[in-house]
Amino acid sequence: MEKRVTFKGWLLPLCLIAPQVLVSAIFFFYPAGQAIWQSLFIPDPFGLSMQYVGLGNFEYLLSDPYYRTSFLTTAVFSLLVTLCSMVPALFLAVVADRLIKGAGVYRTMLIWPYAVAPAIAGVLWLFMFNTRVGVVSWYLGQLGYDWNHVLNGSEAMGLVVVASAWGRISYNFLFFFAALQAIPKSVIEAAAIDGARFWKRFWTIVLPLLSPTTFFLLVVNIVYAFFETFGVIHTITSGGPQQSTTILVYKVFSDGFVGQDLGSSAAQSVILLVVVGALTIFQFKFIERRVHY
Amino acid sequence: MKKFTVGALIAGSTALSPFAAYAETEIQFWHAFTGRLGELVAAQVEDFNASQDEFKVVATHKGNYSETLNAGIAAFRAGEQPHILMVFEVGTATMMSAAGAVRSVTKVMETSGAEFDPDAYIGAVKGYYTSTDGEMLSLPFNASTPVLWVNRDAFKAAGVDPDTDLSTWQNVGEVLTQLRDGGSECPLTTAWQSWIHLENFSAYHDVPFATQDNGFGGLNTELAFNGPEQVAHISAMGEWARDGKFFYAGRRNEGGANFRAGECALFTESSAGYAGIKAEAGFDFDVRPLPYWEGVGNAPQNTIIGGASLWVMEGHEDAEYKGAGQFLSYLSSSDVQAQWHQDTGYLPITSAAADATRAAGFYDENLGTEVAVLQMTRNEPTANSKGLRLGSFDQIRGIIDEELEAVWAGDKDAQTALDSAVKRGDQLLRRFEAAN
Repeated sequence: MEKRVTFKGWLLPLCLIAPQVLVSAIFFFYPAGQAIWQSLFIPDPFGLSMQYVGLGNFEYLLSDPYYRTSFLTTAVFSLLVTLCSMVPALFLAVVADRLIKGAGVYRTMLIWPYAVAPAIAGVLWLFMFNTRVGVVSWYLGQLGYDWNHVLNGSEAMGLVVVASAWGRISYNFLFFFAALQAIPKSVIEAAAIDGARFWKRFWTIVLPLLSPTTFFLLVVNIVYAFFETFGVIHTITSGGPQQSTTILVYKVFSDGFVGQDLGSSAAQSVILLVVVGALTIFQFKFIERRVHY
Repeated sequence: MKKFTVGALIAGSTALSPFAAYAETEIQFWHAFTGRLGELVAAQVEDFNASQDEFKVVATHKGNYSETLNAGIAAFRAGEQPHILMVFEVGTATMMSAAGAVRSVTKVMETSGAEFDPDAYIGAVKGYYTSTDGEMLSLPFNASTPVLWVNRDAFKAAGVDPDTDLSTWQNVGEVLTQLRDGGSECPLTTAWQSWIHLENFSAYHDVPFATQDNGFGGLNTELAFNGPEQVAHISAMGEWARDGKFFYAGRRNEGGANFRAGECALFTESSAGYAGIKAEAGFDFDVRPLPYWEGVGNAPQNTIIGGASLWVMEGHEDAEYKGAGQFLSYLSSSDVQAQWHQDTGYLPITSAAADATRAAGFYDENLGTEVAVLQMTRNEPTANSKGLRLGSFDQIRGIIDEELEAVWAGDKDAQTALDSAVKRGDQLLRRFEAAN
């Protein structure tokens, strides 16, 4: 039995949704429409002439094996970033939740990295792993491991994943921590009295109660990995070596704003739009069913 | 009360500034220089502004070369373009195809009435920026060419005579083995691998980098750097990389840090690395001509330039073009050029500037600084060594970088990698042809 509020007439409801519709129209529908329109042309960089090519830009892209590989790269990258930012965040939140003394200090320290802009985070990690002057790569060298993310694709991928996930741990921590605090103590105490150990309580009570938060973070983190990590990639690897860290959104940037190939860049944006749309629908259709609110 | 005063001051100053601007015509100049080079450009601009009171050049740093070009393009689309834009040599074809966006230097000089003699410029530099019918499109500003930098102390430490002949890659190959066996961890490194080891390599050995005279002949050019000469060179370097004789540091000039820190014995880098190496190197260094393969092609032909030129954008008032012309004329005057050449290691763009530098005894006091000038002017440029004019070339370089990295990592052999680079690059050239 849902409770429905009904309005008399049209004016008030229209006024109420107008701001949201307007914002979406100006900042989303209009640019998205522009991207679709531009993806049908090969324009020159200065905007002096446009050559209509129909679906030529899409054909060109999809016949490029590097572009197809980029989908896989993006999937691997997003999955790793999401995992590496959520699992440690959950662990830290659970630990912080049990703290009594100094919880405030601990929390504040954990939230700090979130204030660091992605590009800056990229530079910081690059310094640590620099093949010549990096602290970490020097220690790895002492252990007999020759770190070289400039030529080794897996190492480059590892580095951009860590650099992207690092600041994100703070953000996820905040949400997990708040959700943990909201779980009624009585439920956990009842389970404890019944003889359930910490891990048993965690798996059967805490984790299911956290599922709405986990689902929300899953969606948000995947979107983050798709769109907001390009500053990190730009500063650390520029998509290399051999495109092993070129995710879809980075290619949109580098083709459009480094290569001046706006037609291809627009076509890639359209493909990206479709991919993310499909992914979000999938998440809400299939994963949300397992979420208990 | 305090707030009010500050507000009034701000309002006052913004209201006043337009009046100040009326007195002098402002010329916007966007460039890509930071650090020492940025200071030197600022000094040139200040000097020009002080020399007359009709025009005021306002220099603005817009990021690295690619970012500056992008800023210029975005500004043009928004109708806010600067008068003068610095564009690196890779963006030359992009600018040349934008006929409605740029005004040729020849035309600007006519408008401004400033003194202008195209023949005063060094041929190899001028050729890069001149159209096939002899119109000078942009003003060469900072031009450099790759040379071989030698860390003499590293040679001695490895027990190799630093005065060994390094003019051919055959000799360098042997020296690299000696250096490695002598304990050097980085016998050779490089900056700008595509520019030095493919673009300049091709010109130096007089073999084509692309068809249609490297793109000078038309937009229907195709890449041709997968010929036997280039493959042999890249293959040799790939072997050196595998044997620990060649250390790859990155796509741009990352290797410079290793060389300046004294880790690497040999370094192929632009002659403009001079300012940085002179300032930072705590060891004895010298400059040698870029090595060539004895008996391959017509080597040594001449090397080509890198660096940037200044483009004048369309869409401004006549009076402003007059100012732009005067500023460009000032920049190419022989005193300014000679000073610039000596401060930075960039090539002098006029013969007069080179002569003035020689007359001042600079080359005798700074051994090796003349190497780049001699290497570039040693022969009359051929169709293969005049330069490159290829669309989307920034992206093509990116592709070449990727494929070369595959060779250095041992994932691909040189032939496969260069074939793949040519194939991928050609697709971009066809797109560029369609767009223009």
